[in-house]
Amino acid sequence: MSADASVVEVVYESDLKNVEAAEELVRRVLASLNFDEEEQHKIGMAVHESMINAIWHGNKSDPAKRVWLQFVVYDDRLEIKIRDQGAGFDVSNVPHPLEPENLLKISGRGIFLIRSFMDDFQVKNIPGKGTEVTLVKRRSPNTDLNQGGLHREHEGHNTPG
Amino acid sequence: MKATIRQVNAVTVVDLSGRITLGEGCTQLRELIRDLLSKGHKQLLLNLADVTYIDSSGIGELVSGFTAVSNQGGHLKLLNLTKKVHDLLQITKLLTVFDVSDDEAKAVASFDKGA
Repeated sequence: MSADASVVEVVYESDLKNVEAAEELVRRVLASLNFDEEEQHKIGMAVHESMINAIWHGNKSDPAKRVWLQFVVYDDRLEIKIRDQGAGFDVSNVPHPLEPENLLKISGRGIFLIRSFMDDFQVKNIPGKGTEVTLVKRRSPNTDLNQGGLHREHEGHNTPG
Repeated sequence: MKATIRQVNAVTVVDLSGRITLGEGCTQLRELIRDLLSKGHKQLLLNLADVTYIDSSGIGELVSGFTAVSNQGGHLKLLNLTKKVHDLLQITKLLTVFDVSDDEAKAVASFDKGA
């Protein structure tokens, strides 16, 4: 990791209620980075879908398992990492929701929306540990951070409300 | 999510508000449509004007409702999409599936035409 990067990391329990908590954190971080309202919505939705994948599909809502949400802020981009403790998945096996035979399927649009809303999306399966997805959004260089306290390493822990 | 049901001529208008997301919102919408169908309401117009957030699961629930109603010979149409919901349906190509309107009177009238 670059010495210039700023990091925020929060650990969540595997409860769908924490998806909204993560969304609220995302809004605060993105506002501090001067992303406009539309970009905030798109990135927020990508995080929402990723958190649901981690809690619901990855950790199967197991209360003993955790989800890590990390923001790494570079001058030219924001990287958001979401890691679960699930068995992982092969993103190449996810059917494309725009194919005519998939258009009326109930599920299968989450990854597509994430790809649509972010500049880059990577999935890394970590054997024995879980799955980490990385969402990347470019940002204007040299955008000053507000007084959001993002210049130092920070770790928090969230408990379900 | 909250739902208020109105009857306008032969059309059941459902005013939805709040979040339609995985969990409570999706479950409520699924049960609502199932309940309406069981009572013979097959011409459904979902008013999404006050829906503040919908995710991929919520979109899936709309598709599920559309299919369920169509399979019973009815129609499910959408009214008053917010820009965010409209954009979501556009990028998922579901605007080619759903009949969408911003005018309730015209939307209600369109059911009479069997469209």
